[in-house]
Amino acid sequence: MIIDGRIVRLAERHRAQLHFFLDGEMHGALAGDTVLTAMLASGHALRKSEFGAEPRAGFCLMGACQDCWVWQDEGPRLRACSTLLSEGMRLRTMPSESWL
Amino acid sequence: MSETPPPWIVIVGAGPAGIRAAATLVEAGLHPVVIDEGQRAGGQIYRRPPAGFTRTAKQLYGSEAAKADALHALFDWLAKERRLTHCAASSVIAAQNGRLHVLGEGGVQLVSYDRLILATGASDRVAPVPGWQSAGVYSLGAAQIALKAQGVALGRRPVLIGSGPLLTLVGAQLVKAGADVAAVLDTSPWHQQMRGLWQLAARPLVTLRGLALRARLGGRYHAGVTLERIEADEKGVTAMRWRDAGGREHRTPCDMIGMGWHLRAETHLSDLAGCAFTYDERWRQWLPKTDQMGRAGDGVYLAGDGVRLLGADGAEIAGHLAAVACLADLGFPAPSAGADLRKLARFERFARGLACAFPWPAAMTRALPDDAIVCRCENVTAGDVRESVDFGGGEANRVKSLSRVGMGRCQGRYCQLAAVELIAAQTGCTPATVGRLREQALVRPAPVGAFLRDG
Repeated sequence: MIIDGRIVRLAERHRAQLHFFLDGEMHGALAGDTVLTAMLASGHALRKSEFGAEPRAGFCLMGACQDCWVWQDEGPRLRACSTLLSEGMRLRTMPSESWL
Repeated sequence: MSETPPPWIVIVGAGPAGIRAAATLVEAGLHPVVIDEGQRAGGQIYRRPPAGFTRTAKQLYGSEAAKADALHALFDWLAKERRLTHCAASSVIAAQNGRLHVLGEGGVQLVSYDRLILATGASDRVAPVPGWQSAGVYSLGAAQIALKAQGVALGRRPVLIGSGPLLTLVGAQLVKAGADVAAVLDTSPWHQQMRGLWQLAARPLVTLRGLALRARLGGRYHAGVTLERIEADEKGVTAMRWRDAGGREHRTPCDMIGMGWHLRAETHLSDLAGCAFTYDERWRQWLPKTDQMGRAGDGVYLAGDGVRLLGADGAEIAGHLAAVACLADLGFPAPSAGADLRKLARFERFARGLACAFPWPAAMTRALPDDAIVCRCENVTAGDVRESVDFGGGEANRVKSLSRVGMGRCQGRYCQLAAVELIAAQTGCTPATVGRLREQALVRPAPVGAFLRDG
């Protein structure tokens, strides 16, 4: 399954396949992808800004700007740039309405 | 002899400075603790991809491959032989009363130290450009990390903006990796770059390498540009609006923008550890005060780009020197420092050349329109900052309280320097008199669960 996302894979394309769920939908990724890479390989953003209309897709990729925190179905948030994707992860671009 | 336990030395950061500091301490027979946020040691510039990636060091680090390989091998050997304790994927989120609060997978732990070496490095020094909050705008460092550690470009058609060595380097690396780089826009005009050249001659090979990389960019590179704004739709960036040195307007379609004006020292922990600061006119930022060996007082030592922006080679030397100072202060026999200090002085001269050739865009920042966002975390605008100054005066922490600039989740890392320029312009005083935002713990967000204990 190839969906055109924000990022382009230029190298290291022959890694094992992984799967994850984003807002309930299954997506493919590669072993060794960060959550940020995996999400942006098939989409254009990680989350909505809480302070404006624009979507956000990370900024520094070194754990300093905190722009890339995303939600998980189980509740805890994670920093997408510094967390490696694991098989079957269930991620969300927004918190569940049932939590609010 | 055996009654006195060996001193407990903690190093924060496992980049070039932290690794060299650790190696010097091990050589003297000590067992340091190295705390680092990375999964694998190396820091940002020598960052390693996750396990299972296959590109060679030459492909990842180019001309710096041998240095990167040597540092990685040295650290891995020290860790394998249990000559040091490596706390990987761990963030120091606070420092107080000789103790560090360390956030790792198991929650927050307290780590005491007799001596502390901070090698926290730097991140991109960014200046706001209208529209920079849009998805698809990244720091130059981010573009490089994506390429090195993940093998990806952050867009199909990148435009790079800013000034400094990283602008050219990232541009050349992306072109080489096959990315369709649309333009590399340098805000520093040619005549300014020439002004720094005589000091850049302090490291002729590095300068020549930079010029060769610049040549690789060809017609994509433009010096002396004026950055107007970033255009975006609901998905993210669509174009960069800019004017060339002759004043002609351009609209370059793109889906990614990488930005940066050299580096900003990461100083949150040195502030919390009690270091004094001074405003450095050359780097247009607040830097911690140390002696030439890196002593900051109170058992704290600083090394690398977190205190002096000399790059990776300078950081290696500074890391070694900080460890030498630490050993000497503890009464251990310490190696001589003379040759290293002379080398650092040469690197300083080169760094002054960089600062002169690729300046921080103070005038551009001061002229930001009122509706331009300064703080990406909470979308605080230039107008909000100016209004707060008019209402409450021009002191940085006061403006922070009123406008929330610097209070978001990045804690001022990416807005503080721009905010200081806006405040200085509004009050007519210098950035140095505007003051420095006091750093606050926690220096990284931590999930509440990390503080909960069982039972």
